Amino acid sequence: MNEMQLLTWARGTGLDFAVGIFLLGVLWRLIEIYSLGRKKDLSAARQAAGASGWHTIFRRSVPAEGMLKKSPVSYIGGYTFHIGLAICVFLFAPHIKLIQSLTGLSWPGLPSQFVDLIAVVTIAAMVVVLVDRINKPVKRYLSTFQDWFTWTLTFLPVLTGWMAVQHLLLPYTTMLAIHILSVELLLVFLPFTKLFHAFTVFGSRWYIGTVNGHKGVAV
Amino acid sequence: MSATMEKGVRVLKEVIDAPIASYFSSCVHCGICAEACLFYTETGDPKYTPIHKLEPLRRIYEQEYTLLGRLKKMVGLSKPVTDAELGEWQELVYNSCTLCGRCSAVCPVGNDIVYMVRKMREGMSASGNAPVGIKGAVNRTITIGSPMGVKLPAVKAQMKHVEEDYGLPIPLDAEGAEYMVMLSSMEIINFPEYLGAIAKIMDQAGKTWTLCSTAFEATNAGMQIGNSDLAKVLVSRIVDGAEKLKVKTVISPECGHAYTALRWEGANLIGRPFTFEVKHIIEVLGEFQEQGLLKTEGFETDKLTFHDPCQLARRGGVIKQQRNLMNMVAKNFVEMPDAGYMNWCCGGGGGASAIEEGEELRIEAFKKKKSQLDAVKPDRLVTACANCRIVLEEGLEHYQMDIPVVGLTEMIAEHIPEKGA
Amino acid sequence: MREQEGRLVASLAQQGISRRTFMKYCATLASMMALPPSAGIAMAEAMASSRRPSVIWLPFQECTGCTESITRSHSPTLEGLIFDAISLDYQETLMAAAGHQAEEALEKAIEDNKGKFVLIIDGSVATGLDGAYSCIAGRSNLELLKKVAPHAAAIVAMGSCAAYGGIPKANPNPTAAVSVSDIIKDKPIVNIPGCPPIPVVMTGVLAHFLTFGSLPELDKLGRPKAFYGETIHDRCYRRPFYDQGKFAKTFDDDGARNGWCLFELGCKGPITYNACATVKWNGGTSWPVESGHGCLGCSEPDFWDGGGFYKALSMPANPLKLAAGAAVAGAAAGVAISFANRAKKGAAKAAHETTTLADLEK
Repeated sequence: MNEMQLLTWARGTGLDFAVGIFLLGVLWRLIEIYSLGRKKDLSAARQAAGASGWHTIFRRSVPAEGMLKKSPVSYIGGYTFHIGLAICVFLFAPHIKLIQSLTGLSWPGLPSQFVDLIAVVTIAAMVVVLVDRINKPVKRYLSTFQDWFTWTLTFLPVLTGWMAVQHLLLPYTTMLAIHILSVELLLVFLPFTKLFHAFTVFGSRWYIGTVNGHKGVAV
Repeated sequence: MSATMEKGVRVLKEVIDAPIASYFSSCVHCGICAEACLFYTETGDPKYTPIHKLEPLRRIYEQEYTLLGRLKKMVGLSKPVTDAELGEWQELVYNSCTLCGRCSAVCPVGNDIVYMVRKMREGMSASGNAPVGIKGAVNRTITIGSPMGVKLPAVKAQMKHVEEDYGLPIPLDAEGAEYMVMLSSMEIINFPEYLGAIAKIMDQAGKTWTLCSTAFEATNAGMQIGNSDLAKVLVSRIVDGAEKLKVKTVISPECGHAYTALRWEGANLIGRPFTFEVKHIIEVLGEFQEQGLLKTEGFETDKLTFHDPCQLARRGGVIKQQRNLMNMVAKNFVEMPDAGYMNWCCGGGGGASAIEEGEELRIEAFKKKKSQLDAVKPDRLVTACANCRIVLEEGLEHYQMDIPVVGLTEMIAEHIPEKGA
Repeated sequence: MREQEGRLVASLAQQGISRRTFMKYCATLASMMALPPSAGIAMAEAMASSRRPSVIWLPFQECTGCTESITRSHSPTLEGLIFDAISLDYQETLMAAAGHQAEEALEKAIEDNKGKFVLIIDGSVATGLDGAYSCIAGRSNLELLKKVAPHAAAIVAMGSCAAYGGIPKANPNPTAAVSVSDIIKDKPIVNIPGCPPIPVVMTGVLAHFLTFGSLPELDKLGRPKAFYGETIHDRCYRRPFYDQGKFAKTFDDDGARNGWCLFELGCKGPITYNACATVKWNGGTSWPVESGHGCLGCSEPDFWDGGGFYKALSMPANPLKLAAGAAVAGAAAGVAISFANRAKKGAAKAAHETTTLADLEK
């Protein structure tokens, strides 16, 4: 298999399978999780929970009082790489083209040099959070194979994408193929690892927000 | 003598629900919850990371309710949770967790860790892995009527004393009263002033109130041990009493977990909404204050600070009232760092204070409270939870800190002008 | 040297090209191939010398586009003339001889220049039905290649078909076409892919061979690095628009008129290694992207099967066929699990025994 065939496979059959498994997994997991249901809360509400669930979905993105100082690397590193990832994934013109071809939706992208810079920052932030995971006793203690594995799954697309654009190590065609393959790997594993928090985070925040709203606790 | 692992797992299968599934699926092992837990911050031992305390629950969830988990279990990739493991986890689920909810408050993905610990305790208790201390408390509450073994005659004796001391009647089983006042056994034994304070406050507000002979004890050790069946027995006593006396409002005493058990869990335990309201005494005082039914005179002049009971503030949504009340009677009221919503637990909530073998750890964790207190150096410490009060006193004594602890209700009552004066 | 260079320089002079211009051309060629300036002089000397190395050009499964590109489109430029400097002993399209005469010429050229001639091949090699898909004088290309190649000093695979199989090899490849290098393993082969390839690349390779008696430095795909070292995209004059995110969305929108990047219209420039953007075509007149069309990637292996010329590189090569089915399967799996879960939870609830105090003890 030459580079072009690899790339074509990655863009064709590989992508087809990866997106298929991703969709299958996401729907399966979402239904598996949320169909468990929960009991209606019979206690009298202090106030109607109203939109507190939705509110919390946004509010939890902000560090709780005093926590930023306690865990600066987790927060700053976490913010940087999440926002960086979002920019690289959703605001790089070729990616938008891909999303448009899959969904029909499109929006303006950012200059590629800027995305390039963000990619470097994202890579740096991810390395920092990895080092933090190795160094911090709590994180190291909690970490299982999955934590290292999912870090790698997330890191590879950023690294290979950036290297492809920069023409590092391998010819662009090969690197692009590897980049696409790494994304496909990410798509395949996302629903079945902790990366699924990309979906369930909204449900989790909504649940705690609703419960807190019901009790009249700040959300 | 019939607690088994099988029962434990079965109970957990009953209580695992969509929020738990969502929470476990969302955890990214960021470890931020550890920074919010005083048992971790004061010991530095990562095993006290809140989410780690739920590891057996997570595995049972995964093995029972996810397809991949079932497959993993089938092929032996995921080992079933053993009784010995749950035994090991006892320290993590009970001794080192006061259900204070700081972890739930900081979790970036919104995991309500306390919600899960509470549910995990269902399995722990059903499998016979609850600590002896809490089991004893449950036993006494169910059989005798209170975790400290207080019976009605003792209550009656206290009533009599208080009536004599205060010159105010303490109504018992008065049908149709507006308020039914609950007590915690700590208050009956250690802090009888509470009852007198209530009498004064109600008298001034002109409200009718009563104690109930079949339901005077508010604490719910069943909830602390994490057993809904037993918690239901205890809550039902209160519900029956309140409905029999046709009261409008049941007042939860200065006790955090009694409040949570009655206010938020109660209706769910008995499976129907209450026909009466449940309020914490601080909420009632707050209302009286707002309505002008609470009038005080004079001020405390020494430096006071307020310790927010977790179940009242962070888990119960009552934060402003106690501050308004403090300012009503105190000139020099200072807040500790992190006071209010993010206040640090005394270290003995959620039944932890009943666990003898957990004392060393509790004392260690108390260093957090000590540092909070050191930051403001108060002359006295006010709180609104009898259990906090006992734990605080123990901790203060251990660290040789001469800071008396007082209940807010009593302090308010002391400033109520004598009748006819 | 003057003596030696006589014939070529005289022939150039006849066409109005001075010696000075010829030297300059050689210097340019040398620099284009990233050789030291001295190599230009060496090239001029070598090419002008009376040594006329024999070149045998075999056409296989091809369209003659490569020959057209080299011989006609650049005539009467220097490339064409240098072409004259070699002894092209066999080239079906160009030679006057035909039929048996032509075959004899081939036999003779091989015999006379054994081990010294350069073998140029354009077109892919059909291997299906023992090569019967493409024959010359009753001999399959495959047979001919195997016969001639062992006697060649070096082989030049001219054009994408000879280099990588090209269009004949495109899916489903009915003739089982392969590249020259798939058949011949023991000879130095230089690939000059492109559909067609840029003439100067061939001249450069020949000049290098004439001068140094060896092939220029090649990349992993057997292409001269000097010409295939960078992508079209990296050398494209429209690159700044790509970086700014300015893309033509259709071939006749304002973006297209303003000369914006053609990435979204399927330009394969980013994955295509060739010199079009710098050397251009038709004597430096223009090149595909300059004329408003995206690069097809013709100098890359299997460019024909690269997922559509008008599909942006980041788009799926083929329509996603599994997505809808997978989503349905996922939902079905989820629902099935949810039923199983509910049954399990229900059973646990049904089996619930109310806990009494005694039940707290093991």
